[in-house]
Amino acid sequence: MIAFENVAYSYSGGELLSDVSLHLAPGSFHFLTGPSGSGKSTFLKLAYAELRPTSGRVTLFDRDVTSLTRDDIARTRRRIGIVHQDCKFLDHLSLSANMALPFTVSDRESDPRDLDELLSWVGLRHLADSLPPQLSGGERQRAALARAVIVDPDVIMADEPTGNVDWEMSLRILTLLVELNRMGKTIVVATHDLNLIRQAKAQVPARVLRIAKRRVQLAGADL
Amino acid sequence: MKPPAAKPATPRTRAIRVVPPSGPTAWLTSFTAAAMTFLCVFALSLSLASDRLANRWSEALARTATIRLSAPAEQVALQTEAILATLASTPGIKSFRAIDDAETRALLEPWFGPDLPIEDLPIPKLFEVIEDVPGYDSEGLRQRLTAEAPGAVLDDHTRWRRPLAEAAARIRLLGLLSIALIGATMAAMITLAARAALATNAEVIRVLRLVGAKDSYIARAFVRRFTLRAFSGATIGAVAGLAGVFALPAADAAGGFLTGLGFTGLSWFWPAALPPIAAIVAFFATRRAAFQKLKELT
Repeated sequence: MIAFENVAYSYSGGELLSDVSLHLAPGSFHFLTGPSGSGKSTFLKLAYAELRPTSGRVTLFDRDVTSLTRDDIARTRRRIGIVHQDCKFLDHLSLSANMALPFTVSDRESDPRDLDELLSWVGLRHLADSLPPQLSGGERQRAALARAVIVDPDVIMADEPTGNVDWEMSLRILTLLVELNRMGKTIVVATHDLNLIRQAKAQVPARVLRIAKRRVQLAGADL
Repeated sequence: MKPPAAKPATPRTRAIRVVPPSGPTAWLTSFTAAAMTFLCVFALSLSLASDRLANRWSEALARTATIRLSAPAEQVALQTEAILATLASTPGIKSFRAIDDAETRALLEPWFGPDLPIEDLPIPKLFEVIEDVPGYDSEGLRQRLTAEAPGAVLDDHTRWRRPLAEAAARIRLLGLLSIALIGATMAAMITLAARAALATNAEVIRVLRLVGAKDSYIARAFVRRFTLRAFSGATIGAVAGLAGVFALPAADAAGGFLTGLGFTGLSWFWPAALPPIAAIVAFFATRRAAFQKLKELT
């Protein structure tokens, strides 16, 4: 589904990731961990084609990302739900309009009942008409997750989805991700929260990718 | 939880909302379009007026020529014969005639009064030549006349017509150049405004790209907005410009140049065409700016 072959990525300052080779199978649940600045976000950006590798090959849905046009990338993003670290909403639109945005930008309209159902699932139904700046950190994260899944993507990538929320809310978000994985979605979560990873391992067969010394390695079961 | 079903949206209303309203800067685009169109109406009216003037002068003077014969008395009859024979054998002349003494007197009367003893004066003999379509070769005719009737001078009015027609053509050219410059300035200003709007909304664009919006979708939201602003601004400018033209004194038949500024007949079409043209200019300027800017963002 998503494959990296000898991928390296360097900023002007130097190499951030090198020699990354891995394959994310459909229906798998992966955690991506490592210290701040180790390249977790960069890894995810490579995986949703926001960045292109400086060497090696990234394949998304059996297509080499370097061969994708901007429109191809747009179409690919409709198959990938992204929960961004800082959520990224349009602050002038209501929560429900933001949730429906992936439909709006592909010139489709979401069924209001389904939107309601999705808002109830993340527990934000009562806030449907609020503007994003009025929401708390946890509410924003859950809304971002709901927006990521609204178009029924094959893959969901979340960058520090529990970064700004308390432990209770972290568990709620994790539960939502686990539910999605049980529905067959491929999940990739970047986090530095090891407790969260342990908690998840109790619920799903999650695998852990650790970034250390510019390499991405599959961590053992000893976490 | 199941994924929501999707049905086609009405993209018209959707595309606008995703870009936040831009407040007072929106007026600048409309104002620019209005001011430019206002100026354009005058440039147009100047061009059209000089065009009409050039045509009027050319038509009135181009169709006719005069031959003037000044010769010693005993030669007049002989050279008159020669001139008439030459004209008769020149292709491209529709008709010609010698102007008789009574008519010559009538022509001179406004200057010299009715009691002019024309017989006693060395008044040249005049011939009127009316050109056919296509016309005659005036240089050839001139040379033949010099050979056949040395006292004959062909005056095809080129002397009068050329500088006037040239002046009118130059004014028309200046008018057209002004219109082109006004159009280019408007395109430049709208490009700058669009680039500013795109830069201000870089974060919005990033969000839209993140959720799978194509460049064309994002560009549409901006292009639509700027096209409508340019159109509404240009409409106001065109109406104001036309009101200004109406306020000018009416053109009389004598058609002085300044009073001839205005629109007649089909030329009314041009000011009416300005708002759509402004909209088209805005459309392409914004589209170009949008796609250029979008390429800079991932």
